[in-house]
Amino acid sequence: MSKRNNNPMLPCWEKPLLLLASGLWVLALLLAGLAPARADALADALNPLPTVAMADMEQAIGKLAQVQDPRVGGVLKALLEARLFYVKESKRVVFADPKDDGFKLTDALTGEALGEVGRFDVKKIPITNALRTVLNSAIAKLELTAPDAKQRLKAVESIIQNPNPEALALLTKQVGQEPDNTVREAIQVALALSDLSGSDKTLRVQAIHALEGNLNQEVRNRLTALQEKTETGDFIEPDSDIRNLAAVALKKIQLKLEMNHLGEMLFFGLSLGAVLVLAAIGLAITFGVMGVINMAHGELMMIGAYTTYVVQLLMPNAIDYSLFVAIPAAFVITGLVGIGIERGIIRFLYGRPLETLLATFGLSLVLQQLVRSIFSPLNRSVSTPSWMSGSLEINSALSLTLNRFYIILFSLLVFWGLLMILKKTRLGLEVRAVAQNRAMAKAMGIRTDWVDAMTFGLGSGIAGVAGVALSQLTNVGPNLGQAYIVDSFMVVVFGGVGNLWGTLVGGLTLGVADKILEPYVGTVLAKILMLIFIILFIQKRPRGLFPQKGRAAEG
Amino acid sequence: MKPFRSISNLLATATLWLLSSLLSTTALAEETIKVGILHSLSGTMAISETTLKDTMLMLIEEQNKKGGLLGKKLEAVVVDPGSNWPLFAEKARELLQKNKVAAIFGCWTSVSRKSVLPVLEELNGLLFYPVQYEGEESSKNVFYTGAAPNQQAIPAVDYLMNDLGVKRWVLAGTDYVYPRTTNKILEAYLKSKGVKDKDIMINYTPFGHSDWQSIVADIKKFGTAGKKTAVVSTINGDANVPFYKELGNQGITADKLPVVAFSVGEEELSGIDTKPLVGHLAAWNYFMSVDTKENAEFIKKWHEFIKNPKRVTNDPMEAHYIGFNMWVKAVQKAGTTDTDAVAKAMIGIEFPNLTGGVAKMNKAHHLSKPVLIGEIQDDGQFQTVWQTKGLVDGDAWSDFLPESKVITADWTPPINCGNYNTKTKKCSGQKY
Repeated sequence: MSKRNNNPMLPCWEKPLLLLASGLWVLALLLAGLAPARADALADALNPLPTVAMADMEQAIGKLAQVQDPRVGGVLKALLEARLFYVKESKRVVFADPKDDGFKLTDALTGEALGEVGRFDVKKIPITNALRTVLNSAIAKLELTAPDAKQRLKAVESIIQNPNPEALALLTKQVGQEPDNTVREAIQVALALSDLSGSDKTLRVQAIHALEGNLNQEVRNRLTALQEKTETGDFIEPDSDIRNLAAVALKKIQLKLEMNHLGEMLFFGLSLGAVLVLAAIGLAITFGVMGVINMAHGELMMIGAYTTYVVQLLMPNAIDYSLFVAIPAAFVITGLVGIGIERGIIRFLYGRPLETLLATFGLSLVLQQLVRSIFSPLNRSVSTPSWMSGSLEINSALSLTLNRFYIILFSLLVFWGLLMILKKTRLGLEVRAVAQNRAMAKAMGIRTDWVDAMTFGLGSGIAGVAGVALSQLTNVGPNLGQAYIVDSFMVVVFGGVGNLWGTLVGGLTLGVADKILEPYVGTVLAKILMLIFIILFIQKRPRGLFPQKGRAAEG
Repeated sequence: MKPFRSISNLLATATLWLLSSLLSTTALAEETIKVGILHSLSGTMAISETTLKDTMLMLIEEQNKKGGLLGKKLEAVVVDPGSNWPLFAEKARELLQKNKVAAIFGCWTSVSRKSVLPVLEELNGLLFYPVQYEGEESSKNVFYTGAAPNQQAIPAVDYLMNDLGVKRWVLAGTDYVYPRTTNKILEAYLKSKGVKDKDIMINYTPFGHSDWQSIVADIKKFGTAGKKTAVVSTINGDANVPFYKELGNQGITADKLPVVAFSVGEEELSGIDTKPLVGHLAAWNYFMSVDTKENAEFIKKWHEFIKNPKRVTNDPMEAHYIGFNMWVKAVQKAGTTDTDAVAKAMIGIEFPNLTGGVAKMNKAHHLSKPVLIGEIQDDGQFQTVWQTKGLVDGDAWSDFLPESKVITADWTPPINCGNYNTKTKKCSGQKY
């Protein structure tokens, strides 16, 4: 700022003249003309940022966005992503990327690499939500002409949400030469919306026709706004033709929306169901096949989740691949823990379900406290790989969150894998044999205690794998297991003890039913209703959805 | 006769020895003042409460370095109520009856405080409660050093309404007493400001809720209906992580739909991947990032004590810091640790806040504190974006609920009552 007032290049005789003109903006204009020749306009706008007061930040950003320079977009984005820092001593503005315990710096103006510094040597240029909005619309304007169609689409959507005449003018220019279909459609929506708020009736009617069936939220809001009344009961929109047309268009949109809503609910239900299946399927093995009530099942999931945390600690630079390491690691570790539990405790308690229940419940408390002592009682932060964050957009009213989507796939995969193990492998055959008739299996030469240990290990390993999936959805902390143990038992009992298909169908059914109930009665009541439903169901069919038939049922 | 004499001798020496050892222990006991620490070190709440236990140990150690209190050393008595609410009452009884502590610093959840209250009133003990809570309570035996609703919730809503122009409100909370009461107060407050029923959405979820998909989708629908919307979250502890994750995944960012939380602090954020949270808000009386000399000193001491420079400080820690130092001052003023004398001396005691200004214990046993609103940063810290001009005096009974509007708490004569009805001029004497 100070530079502008004491510009040494301004000849002294010019001063009275300027005062005469009495326009400060004249000075500014003059300087703007001079600036490119004299120095870097971007530097002028950028360098004051570290010292600007929070209240003047919006102005400073506005000024920065006005600079015609290809580097501006990068700087604005860095500011938005909290990557724009300044060096405390020199007040030099830099891009900073976290590296080990400090930052790797790049000069914001020249792009020159400045090496690494400690985290206390630099300070972030702070922004607030209000500034984020300003930044977003500034970036949107710049990105309208970006080479990437996705970026352009984002830019147009941002303009639809915060329209301003300047941006709309840009869009009008852009619409003819836009090569990408989706982007062009978005631009047309933006222009139609601006026509709608105009005063030309034919244009408005055209606009409403163009917007018919469009699922964009902004479109819906604007059309709804046309139906609203003022406090005195008059319509805000005086033209009844427009009002009626808008109502028709809105109805069509609502219908489409309902369909999408149904799809969304189904997805939510399936994803909740998939989590339930994942949590319960290990239990379906230990409880269903072996008849062991393992109250420490939840804690085995917790161990799986902590394995993910440790794996991520060990490979901090490859978070995106960490899950692929964590899944087998968790399987092996929890599998071994499971075998240990079976050999150390459960082996002595076969045929005494109450004692098993108490012993494993005690064990679950021990495991929890152990984790508290090793990892602290605080939750641990597990990062989500970038390919799992965000959502898959089907249309503007329906988008599926990616992490849930992958977890549905993953749970089906685990189910299929387990089914294959039980059906196609020797271990599976032996497991089924022992489950059906222990004495006879023994007589046929099967080492039943080895099979028991392996089965328990398998069930536990699956629990560990479920834990890896859960670490992507919920807290990784000592209480993780407790939250899922009741649900797991519920699914297994509902689906039918000893039947994997029952667990799958049971889990998914409960998930979908829960999500259908939730919007009507609330989360708390939905849970209660589900429990009541299961109690009644078990009264009617004590052996669950898919009861075992024939001789197997006796075991 | 000889053996008899030797036996009686033996007996005599034994009695003497026993007596002397008894005397020496009583003498030892008299040399220290015991301070009870009643925070869960295991179970669900261990996540939040363990830190407070460490904070108290640090404060006590520091006071002992300064020469103790009334010429005696302070001695911490740590018990673990294990996140088990009835056990809180039992442990409080143990602290007061068996260990004869001069004061108890403890509790986190409102339900644990409510379970300790009858014991405190029966045995006339003192409790310093360091957590923001729902108000509608004032006990002779409790000093509330956390925020009352008018020191957290109301200013936060004011900020959203006036500075961000929010017109539609989602009140989301965990299903228990603190969120229910706070939301009742907020709903009444919003309505008094002309917000219509259809612009308020209230939602409750169970403890530790982790499947937020449909609720977040509902919030998104509610929030994109044209008017600026904000979520006021009284969601407790653990459930926040999946909630914010879901918000991020469904593409709800802070600039479109800000969430202001009353239960998310630095400690909770340290266990979260904070990227999807950047820009969301929290209202507290203290942020670790506040730049004052006192705060820098406090953080330094904490890091030295806990031997980990990465540990964070948070609002309830400040509350204990203020509460403990006020208690020390009050004991010095009263010259005794007797409950009634200390309680009387406490009122009007002043101690500097870590965030500037001086906290003063008012007649309703609440503090005056500044209210700060901060935006979450990607390093898990808050950046203050707004703060009240001056300090806000804690109000035990909300002025926005019709039934508690007429009630005040005043623990000075002549009223001397925690729930005095200003209309009927009567103290209801209600016990908790």
